[in-house]
Amino acid sequence: MTASIATNQTILVVGGGISGMTAALEAAECGKQVLLVEKTPTLGGRTAQLYRYFPKMCHPTCGMEINLKRIKGNPNVRVMTMTQVVAVAGSRGDYSVTLKVAPRYVNENCTACGKCGEAVKSEIPDAYNYGLGKVKAAYLPHTMAYPQRYVIDASIVGTPEGEAAKAACPVNAVDLGMQEEAVEIKVGAVVWATGWRPFDANKIQPYGYDRFANVITSVEFERLADPHGPTGGKLLRPSDGKEAKNVAFIQCAGSRDENYLRHCSRICCMASLKQTQYVREAWGDEGKSTVYYIDIRAIDRFEDFYANVWKDPTVSFVKSKVARIAENEANGNPVLHGVNTEGYHRYATEHDLVVLAVGMEPEVTGVKLPADIVMDSSNFIEGSKDGGMFGAGAASSPLDVNRAVQSATAASLKAIQVIHKNASTEAA
Amino acid sequence: MSNANQQAVAKYKNNFLKEVEANVEEGHWVKMCMQCGVCAGSCPLGPHWEHSPQKIFMMIRAGKREEVLGSDSMWMCTSCYNCIVRCPRKLPITHIMHGLANYSHRLGLAPKGQPTREIAKLFWDNLVKTGRVNELKFSLAMYFKDGFGQGVKNAMAMQGIGLGLMKAGRLNPMEIFGGHVCKDKSGVQKMIAKAREIEDRRKSLA
Ligand SMILES: Cc1cc2nc3c(=O)[nH]c(=O)nc-3n(C[C@H](O)[C@H](O)[C@H](O)COP(=O)(O)OP(=O)(O)OC[C@H]3O[C@@H](n4cnc5c(N)ncnc54)[C@H](O)[C@@H]3O)c2cc1C
Ligand code: SF4
Ligand code: SF4
Ligand code: SF4
Ligand code: SF4
Repeated sequence: MTASIATNQTILVVGGGISGMTAALEAAECGKQVLLVEKTPTLGGRTAQLYRYFPKMCHPTCGMEINLKRIKGNPNVRVMTMTQVVAVAGSRGDYSVTLKVAPRYVNENCTACGKCGEAVKSEIPDAYNYGLGKVKAAYLPHTMAYPQRYVIDASIVGTPEGEAAKAACPVNAVDLGMQEEAVEIKVGAVVWATGWRPFDANKIQPYGYDRFANVITSVEFERLADPHGPTGGKLLRPSDGKEAKNVAFIQCAGSRDENYLRHCSRICCMASLKQTQYVREAWGDEGKSTVYYIDIRAIDRFEDFYANVWKDPTVSFVKSKVARIAENEANGNPVLHGVNTEGYHRYATEHDLVVLAVGMEPEVTGVKLPADIVMDSSNFIEGSKDGGMFGAGAASSPLDVNRAVQSATAASLKAIQVIHKNASTEAA
Repeated sequence: MSNANQQAVAKYKNNFLKEVEANVEEGHWVKMCMQCGVCAGSCPLGPHWEHSPQKIFMMIRAGKREEVLGSDSMWMCTSCYNCIVRCPRKLPITHIMHGLANYSHRLGLAPKGQPTREIAKLFWDNLVKTGRVNELKFSLAMYFKDGFGQGVKNAMAMQGIGLGLMKAGRLNPMEIFGGHVCKDKSGVQKMIAKAREIEDRRKSLA
């Protein structure tokens, strides 16, 4: 089907994280038509999965709320979730884009009452909690999800469970006959705000993420600290549910490493500094955080945050990239082995829990992008050769939220320029 | 001080890093080390030697020429390659360690009596004679390097292994009468001499 939802006056924004939402809103609030497509069932991206934000330690919900309000109030933005870009043809000012829309099996009637979820028994891994818990196969992605609409997982479609969900719905919103759709559209400019994903910690074999239950990643630690997470916000370690009071943070897990990601992921030092404060918040003076690092990257105004954490007596720093992790089988404690660069002392130190500060890898790594797209050596998107497509936010570089938003605003401005040029040539 | 050593000292003055870059195999990589500590923590010999590769690289940059070249640390490397596999900067650490050992040996600064060095010397002398390693002569030379009495003791202790090797066709007792040689023995010797000459010229070791 060819949809008339967009023309070459439209800006397509791919990815509905904080960057995509920002790029879309900036253009829409300038009066431009915007189509915002997101591959998961909700806007928000990975920031919605954080417990608190550095540097102010506020909760991500408040930023989300403001942006969602702007989106809801702006008729120039059209949002499509569960949608991916399959192909882009044409050039600057005149692209033909093929979108693929996956079925949600729930239509606009949904009031998010939750009755379908109650009726369903089977569970699927909870993507919102990075698979640390489970959700029903009829679910709302998270409390801040937009649209506020349930999703029926494909695994129960065609089963009695699917029928039970349908029967439970009071407003006839469950539609098990929905099919995958292909949509063809025309747009003038494209902003790629496809974000990042945590580097696959299994690849860092000496750290045994796949072998030791009490070695987890930084994104999982965010979920442990969050009251909406699998432990209700308690820092309990996976192997035995014991309180994790003595926590180690391993920096550059997968970053700055020719064997894995070549780049410095730029935010993980700040993320770990922030997470030491989750440990303090949970256990007060009884908590203990140890940060194993090569260099601490806390740029400009983040320096103050670092200085404050440095003063915190519950936090200590070891200048060393950990060489390997073993496990004390008697108590399940991970044992960190390495050499401290300050004095070249060898250590073998036990902790309750180890958090790997995993790097940010572009989400488009391994995804087929239009041939015209230019990427750097780490697969971050620089833009397109024809000057009509732009990278924004964490898709363009490993950025914190503040810088991602700045980058998205810049990309939006460039996209607006393409559309303006279109308008003036057509008027002439 | 050997002549080559005096020349090197004069030429590079206090810039030991430059000297290593010019004269040590893979030495140009040393400046790429970011002092992360992974090699030091990964080396199985770690607890037993004085300076880990990480520390050696920092010492080179700090100009600690005598301590580095006189150290027995790089002679301890067993070429397990654990460090190379894990180094985030992909430094060819094993090769640098061997390069340093070789350089210090050529300058006459390597520690006397260091067992790895002694064995390496025996191996080399054995090899260049005929172009082939004579296992039997090499083993005997190794056993008897600390005198006759000790040699007999060593040989007795290793008897089982020796017999095993013989059965497997890896050790031929007739090798004591000359043994197998290369077809063009003098050609091989000339080639090695030429290579040595080129290397010496390049590294001012003559
Ligand atoms: C452990 C950790 C803690 C952090 N803590 C903080 C913090 O406290 N403060 C801070 O400022 N920053 C923090 N960050 C960084 C922050 O997460 C990023 O800056 C932010 O997520 C970037 O937003 P984004 O919109 O660019 O990307 P994302 O959040 O990744 O959003 C991208 C969106 O695009 C969608 N998408 C991807 N590919 C496609 C496709 N092909 N088609 C359609 N849609 C697609 C995704 O589903 C996603 O919704 C942290 C990062 C980590 C790893
Ligand atoms: S699909 Fe129906 S039952 Fe399920 S949440 Fe929506 S309105 Fe409620
Ligand atoms: S931000 Fe810190 S932890 Fe992350 S890659 Fe850079 S130096 Fe390593
Ligand atoms: S692992 Fe590589 S970068 Fe790290 S200290 Fe050793 S040589 Fe240097
Ligand atoms: S190759 Fe040598 S230096 Fe490297 S880890 Fe093995 S023994 Fe140590």
